[in-house]
Amino acid sequence: MKILVVDDFSTMRRIVKNLLRDLGFTNTVEADDGKTALPILEAGGIDFLVTDWNMPGMTGIDLLKAVRANPDLVDLPVLMVTAEAKKEQIIMAAQAGVNGYVIKPFTAGTLKEKIEKIFERIDG
Amino acid sequence: MSNDSRLDLAKKLVLALEKNNESDANSILDEISSHRETEIFHEVGRITRQLHDTMNKMGLDEERLSDMTKNDIPDAKERLQYVMSMTEQAANQTLNVVEELLPISKELNDQSDNLSEKWERFLDKEMPFEEFKGMAAELTKHFQNSKGSLKQVQEGLNDILMAQGFQDITGQIIKKVINLVQDVETNMVELVRITGAKGSVSKPEINTVLPGPVVPGVDDKAGDVANSQDDVDDLLSSLGF
Repeated sequence: MKILVVDDFSTMRRIVKNLLRDLGFTNTVEADDGKTALPILEAGGIDFLVTDWNMPGMTGIDLLKAVRANPDLVDLPVLMVTAEAKKEQIIMAAQAGVNGYVIKPFTAGTLKEKIEKIFERIDG
Repeated sequence: MSNDSRLDLAKKLVLALEKNNESDANSILDEISSHRETEIFHEVGRITRQLHDTMNKMGLDEERLSDMTKNDIPDAKERLQYVMSMTEQAANQTLNVVEELLPISKELNDQSDNLSEKWERFLDKEMPFEEFKGMAAELTKHFQNSKGSLKQVQEGLNDILMAQGFQDITGQIIKKVINLVQDVETNMVELVRITGAKGSVSKPEINTVLPGPVVPGVDDKAGDVANSQDDVDDLLSSLGF
């Protein structure tokens, strides 16, 4: 299981990486915005995408839309981890095809629960 | 310019135009407009003077205003930049220690698990002597290990403790910036009041600037934000998630 973590703040990437490692996911890659993330995704081999929303260059929502528009990536599970908490934004992300939405600040428990839920749905 | 002189100029202009005297007509027009420009110029000067006087009367300090724009605001930007780099540094310092200590604590935990399981069997008298000798050696090693590891953990925790000092410093810097913003706000409001500026201030649109983190008591007044992960989950499940 290879996971791509996308966030413009390196500290947040480290926190997410550490939490993922604690959950048993040791194989992670990082990118600092949608622009750098997309080529990594297109190169293949990524099984799960965790992305922030508000990033310079290319935002998480645009990355999500690009992922869903790519036939090779259309089924890639995507978890959004963001400080954006407006209801219309959450709805926008849902419509764009996000698999889970976690608002910052979050706990290790929430992240674990959402990831497990996503995989349950995929396996089920 | 008096009424008579204006009338006089107008008559001359009509005469010149009737005679098809292009150059005379132009020079008369120039004269009229130059009078007009001088009047406008005087009027602008008068308004500026009035604004200056009113500002002084109101206790608005022009120098303070220009000082704020020239120095304080760029200065505040630098301060906030510094806050950002300080918080990043503190977070990295803390994360470094955590990443260093997690494997150490995991190793100790694994050793303890292994030994306690053996110890149980020893207490239940299910352990052959040869294995007991092995366990004794492992115990000795574990104690030695623990000593060094726990010392490392303690040092790391102290580092994490010290890294929290950023809160004090950044707090003070942010307080200063808040004071400046208040200062600017007061002066701007006063200035807008004096100049009698009307018309609505346009609101920034959501698609150009993302709202970002919700500051409680500021951004959640309209009730259009999710205040917790539960709110998000409820909203998503109402959408069929």
